[in-house]
Amino acid sequence: MNSEPLLLATPSGDALKLRPEGPWTAANVSALETLSRSVGAEVDRSRVVTLDLSGVSALDTLGAWVLEKLSRRAASSGRSAEFVGVADHFSGLMDEVRQVNRHTPAPVAEQNPILLRLGDLGKSTVGSREDITIFLQMLGALSMAVIGVLRRPRSLRLTSLIYQLYRIGWQAIPIVALITFLIGAIIAQQGFFHFRRFGAESYTVDMVGILVLRELGVLIVAIMVAGRSGSAYTAELGSMKMREEIDALSTMGLDPVDVLILPRVAALVIALPILAFIGSIAALYGGGLVAQFYGDMGPAIYIARLHEAISVTHFEVGILKAPFMALVIGIVACSEGLRVKGSAESLGRQTTTSVVKSIFLVIVLDGLFAIFFASIGM
Amino acid sequence: MMDQSQDEFAIRVRDLVVGFGRQTVLDHLSLDVRRGEILGLVGASGGGKSVLMRTIIGLIPRQGGTIEVMGQPVGGRKEGAATTWGILFQQGALFSSLTVRQNVQFPLRENLELSQELMDEIAIAKLEMVGLRAQDADKYPAELSGGMTKRVALARALALDPPILFLDEPTSGLDPIAAGDFDALIKTLQKTLGLTVFMVTHDLASLTTVCDRVAALADGKIVAIGPMRELLQSEHPWVRAYFHGKRSQMLQHEMR
Repeated sequence: MNSEPLLLATPSGDALKLRPEGPWTAANVSALETLSRSVGAEVDRSRVVTLDLSGVSALDTLGAWVLEKLSRRAASSGRSAEFVGVADHFSGLMDEVRQVNRHTPAPVAEQNPILLRLGDLGKSTVGSREDITIFLQMLGALSMAVIGVLRRPRSLRLTSLIYQLYRIGWQAIPIVALITFLIGAIIAQQGFFHFRRFGAESYTVDMVGILVLRELGVLIVAIMVAGRSGSAYTAELGSMKMREEIDALSTMGLDPVDVLILPRVAALVIALPILAFIGSIAALYGGGLVAQFYGDMGPAIYIARLHEAISVTHFEVGILKAPFMALVIGIVACSEGLRVKGSAESLGRQTTTSVVKSIFLVIVLDGLFAIFFASIGM
Repeated sequence: MMDQSQDEFAIRVRDLVVGFGRQTVLDHLSLDVRRGEILGLVGASGGGKSVLMRTIIGLIPRQGGTIEVMGQPVGGRKEGAATTWGILFQQGALFSSLTVRQNVQFPLRENLELSQELMDEIAIAKLEMVGLRAQDADKYPAELSGGMTKRVALARALALDPPILFLDEPTSGLDPIAAGDFDALIKTLQKTLGLTVFMVTHDLASLTTVCDRVAALADGKIVAIGPMRELLQSEHPWVRAYFHGKRSQMLQHEMR
């Protein structure tokens, strides 16, 4: 028996006899395509085409379809084609294949690319209004939940709150401390390197102190928390949404905002200032180490310079921002989580959106605070 | 002798032992699936039906025993798995980032070299064979109903015309009409394509209407195997409880 598929074409006048042989199966698909293409011109020339299947040793849907396609090509424009010698065990398959691909759906009209772009722009503009609405709705729902808790303090989910604090606060300390330590060290090194040229090395300490306490400490920590904990919130709530857990909660008469979202956001609001404080201290420590080993400035002088350069105001400016940033991260993460639809892809998309959006908003918020504190003279 | 057994049996399982930790799920289980038959596998929930199926297709490692599929011992070969068998998972397991058409084309694209045109035609042909329309091809899995998801998953399982089809609870989660249609579809496809079907199911109606033979799995072993009529006569206590419980009474009347 043949191990390679063959297609023998015997033309006689107007008629053409095609005799496929061997295994017409998916495994030989490239050979099948070449064979059917090679007889294409002859099929188009002939008025009567006969397909003799008696030599076919194996046939599957793919092979049957290639043969059926040949016969349809032969039968087009008033000519005729027929199958002969179809073995019994192939006839069911051949009959089945004759039914398929009869209704080709109309191809989707190609849209104007410029209009498409404009359409997308319009959609995202409308979408951003929806984003703001959702943000405000979540803020409102959270405020209501907070009022509820203030009215009945026992309704606070303390266990959940403490668990979330442990996860996003305590467990985040090592990585937050490490990264802010490195950033403090890098800033100090850059300061010493560049300020040395005009003999202003001692001002490096001012730069490190003010920059870290006012801006960088809290900003870096907020961005890290958005990436680390915000994404976790979105993914958790999203998969709960997918598995209908949130619907189950609602039907039991519980408000998902009370049960799931308030403890999470509250934990963030409590943890972020603490993490920002730890981060700032780690950054100052990193700066101090660089001062000693790279800038030849002993710890005593470093601390004394720090003492002169910074005041409690700088610290306050930094740490006051932290709870607001936490609130923004929490609201964005939770509302994006609740927007997850059925598929795994949507979960991934919302998690990405959540991180990107919360980092963007954290930076915008930082800018607004900078203007605010400058204008009130802090 | 060897040749004969190769011709006769699609799947041969001998002395299969599978366990997790200290728990043994399948205990020296033996099972033969004949070529071209539809074999239904019943068993208690959590009794190892899905474990048996997943062990045969190589998703769960076995602790002992041999498995032969189409005369070839199973183990370690992932190459060409899609051409040996198609699997319909319980939830469909469609790739959610691909459209229906791309889902069906996926095995073709990965295993064969063929033109995009032919691939499109084959995908539509498969979809029409499982009773879907060409218009459904551009939908995403999230937009499909339960019955449609199962049909698309079946089309994907059949994309390469594998000789063996594994079905994990194909009718669960379908309404009786859709389940009946699906059973009929499996029967038709099995006849047309000459498939061997291994079906894990709880659906007594599918067992009576489409299965040629039924195997009952209890205590990690196959305790009874044969046509449905024979199983109804079985004296094994679990099999009796399964087929003679209240829920089975009606079907049993039909059979007699």
